[in-house]
Parts: sequence; C-alpha cells; structure tokens
Amino acid sequence: MTFPILTVIVFTPMAAGLLLFLFPSERKREIRIAALATATFSLVLSIWAYFSYDQAMNGYQFVENITWIPALGISYHVGVDGMNLPLVLLTGVVMFTGVLISWNIEDRPREFFAFLFILATGVFGVFVSLDLFQLFFFYEIAVFPMFLLIVIWGWEVTREYAAMKLTLYLFIGSVIALVGGLAMYFTAGLNSFDLIALEGAGFSIAFQRFWFPFVFFGFAVLGGIFPVHNWSPDGHVAAPTAVSMFHAGVLMKLGAFAALRVGIMLMPEGVKFWSPLILGLATVNVVYGALIAMVQTDFKYVIGFSSVSHMGLVMLGFATLNREGLTGAGLQMFSHGVMTALFFAVVGMVYDRAHTRDIPKLGGFSKVMPLVAVAFIVGGLVSMGMPGFSGFIAEFPIFMGLWQRQPIVALIAALGIVITAAYIMRVVGRVFFGKMPEEFVGHIPPITVLDKVALVMLSGILILVGVYPGVMAPLVESGVEAVLTLVGGV
Amino acid sequence: MVLALLPEILLLILAVVILTADVLLRSNRRRFLGWIAASGLILILVIALVYSRPEPAQSLIFGGMLRHDWPAFSFKIIFLFAAAVTCLLSLGFEGVDKRGDYFALLIVTTLGMNLMAAAADLIMLYLAIEITSIPLYVLAGFLKRDDKSVESGLKYFLFGAMTSAVMLYGFSLVYGLAGDTNLYNLATSLQTGQLSPWVLLGVAVLVLVGFGFKVATVPFHFWSPDVYEGAPTPITAFISTASKAAGFAVLVRVMLAVFPSIASYWSTLFAILATATMTLGNLLAIPQQNIKRLLAYSSIAHAGYALIGLVALSEFGAASLVFYLIAYVITNLAAFAVVILFARTAGSEEIADYAGLSRRAPGLALVLLVALLSLAGMPPLVGFAAKFYVFAAAVRSGWIWLAFVGVLNSIIGLYYYLIVLKVVYLYRSEEEEISIPVPRPHAIVLIVCVFAILLIGTLSGPWLEWTLNAAQSWF
Repeated sequence: MTFPILTVIVFTPMAAGLLLFLFPSERKREIRIAALATATFSLVLSIWAYFSYDQAMNGYQFVENITWIPALGISYHVGVDGMNLPLVLLTGVVMFTGVLISWNIEDRPREFFAFLFILATGVFGVFVSLDLFQLFFFYEIAVFPMFLLIVIWGWEVTREYAAMKLTLYLFIGSVIALVGGLAMYFTAGLNSFDLIALEGAGFSIAFQRFWFPFVFFGFAVLGGIFPVHNWSPDGHVAAPTAVSMFHAGVLMKLGAFAALRVGIMLMPEGVKFWSPLILGLATVNVVYGALIAMVQTDFKYVIGFSSVSHMGLVMLGFATLNREGLTGAGLQMFSHGVMTALFFAVVGMVYDRAHTRDIPKLGGFSKVMPLVAVAFIVGGLVSMGMPGFSGFIAEFPIFMGLWQRQPIVALIAALGIVITAAYIMRVVGRVFFGKMPEEFVGHIPPITVLDKVALVMLSGILILVGVYPGVMAPLVESGVEAVLTLVGGV
Repeated sequence: MVLALLPEILLLILAVVILTADVLLRSNRRRFLGWIAASGLILILVIALVYSRPEPAQSLIFGGMLRHDWPAFSFKIIFLFAAAVTCLLSLGFEGVDKRGDYFALLIVTTLGMNLMAAAADLIMLYLAIEITSIPLYVLAGFLKRDDKSVESGLKYFLFGAMTSAVMLYGFSLVYGLAGDTNLYNLATSLQTGQLSPWVLLGVAVLVLVGFGFKVATVPFHFWSPDVYEGAPTPITAFISTASKAAGFAVLVRVMLAVFPSIASYWSTLFAILATATMTLGNLLAIPQQNIKRLLAYSSIAHAGYALIGLVALSEFGAASLVFYLIAYVITNLAAFAVVILFARTAGSEEIADYAGLSRRAPGLALVLLVALLSLAGMPPLVGFAAKFYVFAAAVRSGWIWLAFVGVLNSIIGLYYYLIVLKVVYLYRSEEEEISIPVPRPHAIVLIVCVFAILLIGTLSGPWLEWTLNAAQSWF
C-alpha cells in the first residue's frame, strides 16, 4: 500500500487541533510551537504532493477509495488533479503563514489554533473530495469554526454582527446546494455519491436547468458572488488577521471550487443555460466591488471589497466555459489566495502597530517598515495584473477567454482592472508614503522575524508564479482538460 | 416468549428492588439508590442486547398484545439508555437523589415506554401509554417545595389527561368501525368496510391528538416549555428524549399498520404538521432567555424534523426517523447534562449566566459546543448525519419543498444555538474564577454521550443499517 498522503494532509490539522487541548492553556509558548510544527508539516506535505504529481499521467492521482456508508453508496474517496492540487498547496501556504502571523495572540491561543486547524481540515477535505457526501461533510466543517474564530478573536466593534451574518449566509447557501446534491443523487439512481460516477449519470436537460442554480449559487455564496457577497467584506474586516487570510485566501476558493466541481462539472447543460446570468453577476462583482473598494476609508474594507472584485474574475473565468477562461480561473484562485493573504497580513501588521485602519490617519509607513511596504506593493501589482506577477498569468487568460465569448463583458470587466489600479495606488500613496502623522513617529515597533518570513514567502510565491508560469500553468491546464471534456467546450 | 419480555420483567424487578432498598437502607446510605437504579438499567440494557434480539420473522406474542420486532427492540434500547443516563444525572440532584420512589417511578415509566414500543393491540397500547404517562406526571411535579415544579406536574397532567381522553375516543371509533382491537388486523377490517377516506382520516386525527401530545408537535406543544422549565432537570431530559421517542414509536406503528389505506392523506397532513412544528419551534426558541425553555422549543422543532422521515413514507424514511431519534436522544442528553452541572454550581438556568463558561470550565463549554452543534446539524457530529438522512428521504420521495423547509429551518436553529455559544465563548462574567466541579456519574454521561455523538456521526454506516433493518418490520 502506498503512503496515503492526502488522508494525512486532511487529518493532520484536525488531529493536531484536538491534541492541542491536552496542553494546559497557560503553556502558550509550547502551544505555539506545536501549532507551528503542525503547520510546517502540512506545508511540507502539500508541497511534496504538488511536486510529485505526475503531469504526464494526468487525471486523478493519490486516489484513495474506502467504503464509508455502504447503504447509500457513500465512500471516502479522495484524489487530486490539476484543478485542486494548486488549492491544496495554497491551503498549506496560508495555514503556515497564518500561524506565523498569529504568533502573538494572547487570548486563549490553544483554542485559537485548535479551531483554526479544524477549519483547515475542512478546507483540505473539500479540495480533495471525490464524493459528494464527503464534500458536504467537510464543507460544513470548514465553515463553522469561522464563527468562533471571528466572534472570540475578532475586532470588537463588528465581530458579533459579522460572524453571525457570515455563518448564516454560508449555511443557507450550503444547505440549498445540499438539497440539489440529494436531487442529483436520487435522480441518477446509481446509488452512489461518487462524483466521478455522477459525472456520467446523464441527467436530463430539464433537470440540469432546474437544479443547476440551486447547486451553483448555493456554493457561490461562499465564492462571494453578487448579490450575496455582502457577508464577505464584513467578515474579512471583523476577523483576526490569520482568519482573514484563511477566509479570503482559502475559504472563498472553497465556494468557487465546489461550484465548479459539483455545479458545472455535474450539470454541464445547466451551466450552458445559466452562463449569461453568471457572466452578468460576475461582471457586477468585478466592477462594483472595485468601485466600493475605491471609496472605503477603512484599510481592511478596501482589501475586503477587492476580494469580492477578484472573485468575480474567477466566476467570469468559469462562465466562459472555454480553455483559456477556465485555466485563468484556476490560476486566479491560487494567485488571489496568496495575494489576499499577503494583503491581510500587511493590514494586520499596520493595524497592530498604529491601532487604526483609517486611511486618512495613516501615512509614511514605508519608512518604518519598508519590507511591509514592498510586500504590499507586490500584492498590489499582482492585483492589477502586471506582467511578471502571478496576477497577469491568471487574469490575462480570463480576458482572452472572455473576449472569445462576450467581447462586451470583457470590456466592462476590464474597467475593474483600471479601478483596481486606482484604489491600490491610493492606498499605497496614503498609507505607505507621504508624511507620517506626529503621533506615530517613534511609536511604531518593527515587525518580527516571523512576520518577515511570512511576507517574503507570500510575495516570493507571487513573483515565482509570475516569472515562471511553467510551475503552475501546465498543471492547471491539464485539470481544465477534464472539465472541458464534460462541458464539451463552447 | 419470555425472553422477548425479559427486559420488562427485569425492569419490574428492579423497581421492586429499589422500593425495598428504600425502606431497608439507612438515610445516610440512600444516595446509593441512584447507583443501584443506574447500574440495574445498564445491566438490563446489556441483557436485552444479548438475549432479547427479535427473530427475523416478526411474531405477535401474548395473544397478539405485543409484537416482538426490530423497531420495538431498537426503541427499547433507546429508552433503557436514556433512563440509565437520567439516573446518573439525578445523582446529587437536590430533592430527588435520595428518594427511592423517584427512581422506582422512573423505572416504571421506562417499563411503560418499552410496552408502548411493542404494543400491537389498542388496549395494550392505551395501557402502556398510561403506564408511561402517570409516573411522568408525578416526576415532573416531584419537587413539592418548588412552585414551578408543582405547576409543571399539574400542567403536564391536565394536558395529558385531556389529549389521552380524545385519543381514547379515537380508539373507540376505530374499534366501532372495525370490530377489532389488534393493530395488525385493523387495516384489513377497516378496508373491507368501504369507509370514506375522510371518515378514516377524522378517526386518525383523533388518535393523533394523543400521539401529538407525546411527541409535542404543533398544535399539541403548548405544555412542553412550561413543563420542561419546571420539572427537575433530569426529568426534563428524560421527557424530552425518551418520552418523545416513545411517542414516535407508537405514532409510526399505528399510522403504518392501521391506516395504510389513507397514507397519501395523512402524509400530506404530516408534511403540514412537520412544517408548522419545525418553524414554530425554531422561531419561538429565538427569544428565549432560559436554557431549559430554549431546549424545549428546540425539541419541538426536532420533532418536526423527525416527522419528515414519516412523511417520506418509505423504508428509508422510517429508518431515517429512527436514526434521527437516536441522534437526538444522545445529543439532547449531553446538552441537559451540561445544564444540570451548570445549575449545580451556578444555581441558574438563564442563558445570560452562561457568560464566561469557556473560561470557568473549558471542558464543559466544549461539551455544550458539541451538543448544540450536533443539534444544529453540523458535521462530523451525529446531528448532521441524522438531518442528512431525513432530508434525503424527503427528496427521494419527491417532497422537495419539505426538504427546503427543513434545511431553511435548520438555519434558524443554527442561529439560536450560536447565540448560546456566543455567550459561552465570548462574554465575560465576574464569576469566571469559580470553577465547576464535575462529579463522576456526570463525567461518565458526558464522555459516553460525546463519544457517541462523534462515533455515530462519523461512522454512521452500521447504525443506518440497523435502523433500515428495523424499519423493514414496520412495513
């Protein structure tokens, strides 16, 4: 028997999270070291899985399939292909950097890391699922700890409101998708929840057209699609830094990925019918999200709405249903995940030192924390889609695909990029350059070594993927192949 | 035949043993009564599992009075488990723990429930329901010096007596129409009579009044918040779990055995009842300030979810109902165990007083988290699997709208459970330094329940097989 690497990746965080409860709560240092060790282990494993995936062979690899609930044909079935492997790597990266950034949490760190790790297990579990029941199972595990993480460790002003809003939005979405999933299971009549089996179920066109919106939009709530994106900026802002990173960096991908995996891949006729609506809504996401980000005065809200805007690009890529668009969407999921984690890390560092996120009150931070400024600029260039950064290799194919499909939409959505450039410039100018207000001079402590490691790692990945796309693009393309055979290419 | 009735015989013996011991033991030794009752119940549970398994061929025994089949057996296990847990939770509970009559009544009511689950004759059924109910009325009002408890007992009794009278009237009509009292002959007798389905439905509704009271569905739910709040908390736990499950056992058996000819009518009726029960229970739970009242309304809502399994009108549906009840019983017992432990030290049942619990007693807070999330239907806890199966049964039988009502209701449920968790984990209190001791019997209950919630939640396969097996004998 081969080493069950995916199972180990999925369950390591949860096991570690439960074991953390064995530490007495006042041994904070030991708890942090254990958390970092776990995160490092997960990161190493996901990097290993990423690089030992055999692209020549294509298809699902590292597959494990164990019967789970035989009466309903439910199995524990995991595997990775070009579509979900980058996301597994992304989760490993965000988990590792998230632990680094959260080093100084003083209030109940044991519980914090335990909940964060349970969340990570849910996320890994969804990404590698090849069984519909299992996907729902992990999906809900991934969503719930967010509530506690935000409510306990979040920003005092809005945390109760934001946590409840986020949890209810996401659960409404997921349970509606669940009913759709059940309808698929019983209509297929295969007595199997296996996603690969369900791909060949041959649902009628009417069935697909009826059920597609339930499943797709149910999951897309977590992907932040307009008009149900509202939970996301509030949630991002209220969450503590590491949770915002996880939330925007990984969780939103969870929604987009599940919408692709269950909605688009199982009901290709449905997506063909509904893709104009998705295109329309996602365009609103891109442009409207960017416009709102433009007028925010709270630093974190700017990034929160920029996530809404960028996730719109992912949805646009999905809706093109062609090779370029889907490849771009797959890359954008990874690129945006790392980028937004970097953004939130930066915001967290500034806020921890300045104790305000009000942009007009900030200024001149590049002088006291140059590395942070550089990291933010790298992230900003990625989000504008500058060549040489991962944003370019993700957004360019999306627009190529979009142009083939609907040139008008491509033109409107391109506006979003222009606005993005504007709000990024504005933040860079106001926060990092200009004159530093009197009250901060001499009161801004330097960032820690761990913070530096996290920033360098995140920016490094963004530049690496941008400069050498070969490290990721061919892999994603091979994953898109599978989607295209199902959708048939439009 | 005797083996089939072995658990009931042993229960009776145990009740007598308790009463005798109550007389013989000196007052400072009386605290052992609860241990005797609990260990006796656990022993009976084990004996039942080993010796009282039903044969594959279902048999009517004792002149058709009882039916020895898998559903009855499964429910007996649930009742015995709940009774044993209740005894453990009663240990050290002020006012009840040194009373032999308390434990004897608890055992007798368990005996009644066992008979309810097995009853196959209208007369037996009525007797069993009364054997169950009357001790419960007494138990609810057991704390004589506590006005709320007395009120609770009286309210429970008045509602119970009235609904029971209506149900008995329904039974008499069934007998009058069919000329028979055996549940398994009634269906054929009623059909050959060429009755209008509406007449039959009217009779079914009268019978339902009694069952609806037991399971606390809308519109027969009014008693439950007041009774739950006033009764001694271990008894609240017992009423909300075992008594509700017993109600479902007879409800499903009677509906499927006596009224199959009008199944399409009553399943629609139940769909409406389930919708009303879930929605009302969940909505009214939101403004509650008292944890016992909150759990009372939530338990009304859970009766609604379980009913969906019956509406589906299939073997899988009935199996999902049994699974749901198993999940609900274990989870609710865990939740009430925390409520009891908290009230022991803090002397309060107000949700606001739970502030700071996660700092006072992190372990207890974690158990409450697990229990409430399981009630809300969150994986990997058993509540998720239970809800999943119930909704799956609804979708499979084409009740798509009901499945949607169910899932949206589970969001409302999530909302008020989260409010409690927010108080527990976020809010601070001045009493954070006072820790909450957990005595051994309660620790056993907490560990067993949490373990079961996790185990059945993640590996639900064998349990589902069991309930599928049980559901087959109903059809």
